[in-house]
Amino acid sequence: MVLNSIEKLLEKYDNGETSLKEEQQLKAYFAQDNVAPHLESYRIMFQHFKTTKQELYTKDVPLKPKKNFVYQWISVAAVAVLMLGIFIPKIGEENRITSLDDLSPEERKVYFQTKEALAMLSSNFDKGTSGLSMLSDNFSQGTSSFNALSLASESFNVGAEKVSHVNMLGNTTNKYLKNTKENK
Amino acid sequence: MTQTDFVKLVMPFKDKVFRLAKRLLVSNEEAEDATQEILMKLWRNKQKISNYKNVEAFSMTMTKNFCLDRLKSKQAQNLKIVHSNYQDNNTSLQKEVENRDSVDWVSKIIEELPEQQKIILQLRDIEEYDFDEIAKVVDMNPTAIRVALSRARKTIREKLTNTHSYGVK
Repeated sequence: MVLNSIEKLLEKYDNGETSLKEEQQLKAYFAQDNVAPHLESYRIMFQHFKTTKQELYTKDVPLKPKKNFVYQWISVAAVAVLMLGIFIPKIGEENRITSLDDLSPEERKVYFQTKEALAMLSSNFDKGTSGLSMLSDNFSQGTSSFNALSLASESFNVGAEKVSHVNMLGNTTNKYLKNTKENK
Repeated sequence: MTQTDFVKLVMPFKDKVFRLAKRLLVSNEEAEDATQEILMKLWRNKQKISNYKNVEAFSMTMTKNFCLDRLKSKQAQNLKIVHSNYQDNNTSLQKEVENRDSVDWVSKIIEELPEQQKIILQLRDIEEYDFDEIAKVVDMNPTAIRVALSRARKTIREKLTNTHSYGVK
């Protein structure tokens, strides 16, 4: 009975029409020891499939995370900038002029002309300053007299206050005179 | 995707990749190299992995293409045929030796099959893929796959019966 159904399955199997489930059945049948002798070739085949399936891949795969190369290049750029910062000022210093001897005669002439002109300007400027200081003296004098004036105005105010007192006195006398008139 | 995520994703089918590679390239070392290459390729493109509908089928297709390329390349002409690792612990020594011999025969016979049939037989009888999955990997329609599979199975059995009865009849 079992053999019959297996043979039918095998026929289907040979034609590539078995489902995965039916193939499982066949595999289970051929996995056991008592297989019909005329099906020996099938048994070898299934045995082969079974052993092959047990082969495993055991080697390790080196998985390295991807490095971000942008950051590396940023550091390189930073170092380059730093080096430039250190060396470029020194390059400038090499041909800097430090004394008059370094100048050509023409340049020296120009230099002295400029110096003369600047000296003239400075002397004129001194004159101007002295005049300005005189002006400032006058101005301070003016301010002091103005102070005196304000003092005078203050005393004037005091006087005006006194005058108002006299005024008030006058008013009261007037009222009094009126009253006496009405009484008459 | 971190390394652990990737390993988890790859674990279930890395052996299948290896076995398919071994079926096609025969040599154990070559198959290991191929598997490593495939896994490295997957790892390098790990950003794109989420776009693939079926990573396993995709990897199998990659493996198939990679191995066929290897076979076509000149390097492959130095390939050695190495069979060393078949084992079965349940049977008695005599039967084991016998089995080993016969099982070796099967793999030799499978080696002689055309590449297409090798791949299909490997995916169906060893990895137990259904026909739709095989269709994705080998890019054929299911009917053609059935025909190829049937041919492969019949060829193996025919040759097995011949070798077995050799010297007896």
